[in-house]
Amino acid sequence: MKKYILDFVVRHNEKLGGRFGLLKLTPANGSQLPEIAAGQFVQVSVDGSKTTFLRRPISINFVDKVTNELWLLIRNAGNGTEHLLSSKPGDVLNMVMPLGNGFPVEDATGRVLLVGGGVGTAPLLYLGKILRDNGLDVNYLIGARTKDELLMIDNLKEYGTVYISTDDGSAGDPGLVTQNKVWDEKWDRIYCCGPAPMMKGVARNARKSSTQCFVSLENMMACGVGACLCCVERTTKGNVCVCTEGPVFEINQLTWQD
Amino acid sequence: MARLNVEIGSLKLKNPVLTASGTFGYGTEFADFVDLNRLGGFIVKGTTLNAREGNDYPRMAETPSGMLNAVGLQNKGVDYFINNIYPTLLDIDSEIIVNVSGASIDDYVEVARRLAPLERINAIEVNISCPNVKQGGMAFGTTCEGAASVTKAVRNAFNKTLIVKLSPNVTDIASIAKAVEAEGADSVSLINTMLGMAIDVERQRPYLSTITGGLSGPAVRPIAVRMVWQVAKAVKIPIIGLGGITSGKDALEFIMAGATAIQVGTYNFVDPTVTSKIVDEIDDYCHRHNVSDINELRGII
Repeated sequence: MKKYILDFVVRHNEKLGGRFGLLKLTPANGSQLPEIAAGQFVQVSVDGSKTTFLRRPISINFVDKVTNELWLLIRNAGNGTEHLLSSKPGDVLNMVMPLGNGFPVEDATGRVLLVGGGVGTAPLLYLGKILRDNGLDVNYLIGARTKDELLMIDNLKEYGTVYISTDDGSAGDPGLVTQNKVWDEKWDRIYCCGPAPMMKGVARNARKSSTQCFVSLENMMACGVGACLCCVERTTKGNVCVCTEGPVFEINQLTWQD
Repeated sequence: MARLNVEIGSLKLKNPVLTASGTFGYGTEFADFVDLNRLGGFIVKGTTLNAREGNDYPRMAETPSGMLNAVGLQNKGVDYFINNIYPTLLDIDSEIIVNVSGASIDDYVEVARRLAPLERINAIEVNISCPNVKQGGMAFGTTCEGAASVTKAVRNAFNKTLIVKLSPNVTDIASIAKAVEAEGADSVSLINTMLGMAIDVERQRPYLSTITGGLSGPAVRPIAVRMVWQVAKAVKIPIIGLGGITSGKDALEFIMAGATAIQVGTYNFVDPTVTSKIVDEIDDYCHRHNVSDINELRGII
């Protein structure tokens, strides 16, 4: 898939709960968004921040073809992302995009479970739309520490049934996503994005029920295009770049220990 | 743009802009962003005799105006390069230079020997300065004797242009440059990364799996310019300058300090189109300053 370096104009910057925000952007030159697969990411330049040198990899939250908008769900994790979250409508952000391989969707059938935690929920919104458009029964399982940190639940509900787990029991099932009652049901495929311990737990559940499972990793990276070899993950094929071979991996490609 | 032509050994470069090893993949990774034919050349990822998995993750940390890396020469080995990568590069009309690394002198020699018959490889850059491997690498580049012995051995195995990449982690880089010049190097490139370290105080552990790593980016540029200037006073062979170059202006600092050509490294990660812009910016500078040949600017300081 061809990669572009493009300026985007911020149309909306919506504050979500906790340390999260949602930027909605459109190409500054008025062009149509390039073809984007669910699960791909962008490398955003952080201009005007005193301490930020490298671009920030941010997963694509949603592609709105009607408004020609690209959505980025961002967690304030330091100076770079804080600066991005302070963007105002009209500001221009430069992006290298779209990067990485998306979630495989063509061969998916039946009932699918999309498991997200924290900012890892981000790529699942667009994924759910694509899967639902393909006629699948889409179900979300979203985890958070507490009710206030649940992100974009109303948006997710447009594309599927939403199940929730919170550590403190303030919404949905109490406990971790891996303890949610949805695991009593049979799924045809699982997609997951979130903190590493959560993804490892979901991978364990998937293996137990012999369900195919894809996870999206967020290893720290510099270039995003397979040149710097910094974001490697150990796989059955040795160390590979998450930016070009991933960020989505089938769990049996990984060397995660049970 | 004939005014930008420069020569390194027997290499005739259409302009002085090269890419630094390990920051530009095999060139093809950047083909969507840069017309590779516009560059003087590019230096492909460090290549070793056998495949290397490199160091454990995490391998990078952002630092003020730069970054640390500890990749550790991950690559699939010289035979993989020859059989799988080289054939994909043949249509590119700019010089392809292979960065060669090894854990022993025999390793360097064998890699150079296998690359020598490749028609489109007119030069190699011998890396005696990688700070991220336990054996070889920088160990050879921090003494005159070590640097000289690698150069001498590779010189006997490779009769095309031989560039030796120097480490800045030394007290007197000019003496190392003189030692490799005396053994027949056609050129020296400098600087490789500076050994550095950063600590995540919240987690109370180093950011890199290897604890220390190589610092690159604009943070090191003044050190690199100073070292190029010192080496230019000490040797007659052409110098390739690198270290934190982000613009034509930065590149010209190195040229004025004594470099014949330059490499763009870490900034390729920030702006994947920067190399092409630097070619234009150097040409524009020559136009504005009535410079008819870029070589007139070399070493004017």
